[in-house]
Amino acid sequence: MSLDISFIGILIGSIMASSVPLILAASGELITERSGVLNLGVEGMMIIGAISGFALMVITDNLFIAIIGSMLSGVVISLIFGFLTQSLLTNHVATGLALTIFGIGLSAMLGKDFVGIPGKDFPILFSSLRESIPFFGPILFGHSIILYFAFVLPFLTSYFLKKTKLGLIVRAVGDSPVSASNQGINVVLVRYCCILYGGGMCGLAGAYLSLIYTPQWIENMTAGRGWIALALVVFATWSPIKVLIGAIIFGGISILQLHMQAVGFRIPVQFLIALPYLMTIIVLVVISRDSRKIKLNTPTSLGRIFYKEK
Amino acid sequence: MYKNFLRYLISAIFLITFSISAKADFKVGFVYIGPTGDHGWTYQHDEGRKAVEAAGIKTTYVESVKYGADAERVIRQLAQSGHDLIFTTSFGYMDATNKVAKDFPNVKFEHATGYKREHSNVSTYSARFYQGRTILGHIAGKLTKTNTIGYIASFPIPEVIRGINAMTLAAQKVNPNIKTKIVWVFSWYDPGKEAEAAQALIDQGADIIMQHTDSTAPVQTAEKAGIWSFGQASDMQRFAPKSILTSIIDDWAPYYVERAIAARDGTWSQQDTWHGLKEGMVAMSPYNKGMGADLVKEAEQLQKDLASGKIHSFTGPIYDQKGNILVAEGKVADDGMLLGMNVYVKGVEGDIPK
Repeated sequence: MSLDISFIGILIGSIMASSVPLILAASGELITERSGVLNLGVEGMMIIGAISGFALMVITDNLFIAIIGSMLSGVVISLIFGFLTQSLLTNHVATGLALTIFGIGLSAMLGKDFVGIPGKDFPILFSSLRESIPFFGPILFGHSIILYFAFVLPFLTSYFLKKTKLGLIVRAVGDSPVSASNQGINVVLVRYCCILYGGGMCGLAGAYLSLIYTPQWIENMTAGRGWIALALVVFATWSPIKVLIGAIIFGGISILQLHMQAVGFRIPVQFLIALPYLMTIIVLVVISRDSRKIKLNTPTSLGRIFYKEK
Repeated sequence: MYKNFLRYLISAIFLITFSISAKADFKVGFVYIGPTGDHGWTYQHDEGRKAVEAAGIKTTYVESVKYGADAERVIRQLAQSGHDLIFTTSFGYMDATNKVAKDFPNVKFEHATGYKREHSNVSTYSARFYQGRTILGHIAGKLTKTNTIGYIASFPIPEVIRGINAMTLAAQKVNPNIKTKIVWVFSWYDPGKEAEAAQALIDQGADIIMQHTDSTAPVQTAEKAGIWSFGQASDMQRFAPKSILTSIIDDWAPYYVERAIAARDGTWSQQDTWHGLKEGMVAMSPYNKGMGADLVKEAEQLQKDLASGKIHSFTGPIYDQKGNILVAEGKVADDGMLLGMNVYVKGVEGDIPK
């Protein structure tokens, strides 16, 4: 492998780009889960975001509308989940799975006329700095605004949960909805908000794929990234910063294994392809060993149906 | 009274369904591995289907059918619903096609790129894509400055390995220092992965990208990086206007029309078809002027010679990676060897995934 310093910079840049959808979707799902709601529909919400974003881009020719629209579509689709689980008290797991299946099917139907249309170039920021600074240039500059947002988001999420009153309310609702309710908190409303926020972030993650990463629409183009985001939240023991670390490791090794193939490492390709999954789990398990901290972060009432007696 | 009504209703329903299935217009079914809008493999098969339709024969298709149980279910469904001829258009449908064929002896089956014809109602057909790869290799060998050609491969089957070898041999002929770097993505269609693979190859010094996968992501990545690329299966030029040198085009239409008419008229019989540039099943899209007028001429000449049989893509001496002779000097590889090809020729880097 050519190991000159500027090449490593480019490599890190492309690793960052590949981890963005995971960070966005996992950060959104993290908030949802911290409020005690387990939404397995991440993949479905992402794919709906991907087609909505792309379709709006083609129709309106405006990337801003496309991005906002993709988030809104994620919100709308998660509203279905919210209504079913919070108002009709259905089982979280079953409803979430249904949402994924529904999303994949619906997106394929909506996307019928958008297959094979070339996408548009998404504007990147500071592209001149990217070329002029070796090593740090390709890492820090020349990315889309969504990437910068994704890398700030885990820190904002962490701050929100730990330092703000609203964050405290979310955690209280996730840990003990009954006591929170007795304190006068509207548990159902809080959970609704968290579900919709998660939906919005998943929609954005999908739009990143169809508008920026590989600018085109293809059926099933999320290709399981939603499930990986879901797993990341659990393996990162509901800590936003660890979600970020996990997403970078997963994205990193996915890219590195392709490079290892291109270089001609004599390792079975099948093993290389499994490597991102293995390494992400191992690293996250190792950095999350402290059982006291896990208990502190785990939403105790995750996936349990809350029913307020009248 | 009510009971009678119910009885009439049920018998009416039976009658209608029966008459629909018994009326039996001649119908042709197609099973696709990707969406018809992939602008690659499946798109071309669907163009073939449209030609059959234009010839006045009814067709239906099912797209994005996964290998395995899904494939068998879909093929069986088509056979049950009155289709007389069914084209299954991907290598992985091989076993499912033969399995269903056994249960429907009156339905004709045509399986693309496979080799199993276990029942008399199964034919196989494929195109000599490797002839196109020879032209790509010639162009790539002439144009590369880094002497590194990046190749995005799908699954380690003879079809794909044959393409890699044909390309490498042709490139070596015009540039002995050529290296072929391969990344296996283990998918026919995953734009994200294909794009990442293309980027990895570019980062590793490849200045020409070619693919044996179906999406347009690799050529788009090449266009962004400002390097050359080749389209696959259909003319992908509009996705990467500057970068694409030419595309190998699969033209299934004449074959599909011929076979559908034969099946309708009762002259269909089992056969194994392997057509190439000569018959037009493999074609090249217009060559990019950016490669220079001389090279365009060379490519066109090579295309003519491959079509006429004056030049064979696998002409000896050909050595494997360890230096053992595969095809002796002056000989050409026979079809049996080509169909079962499972070793790299000298000059390809890495091992074939097992």
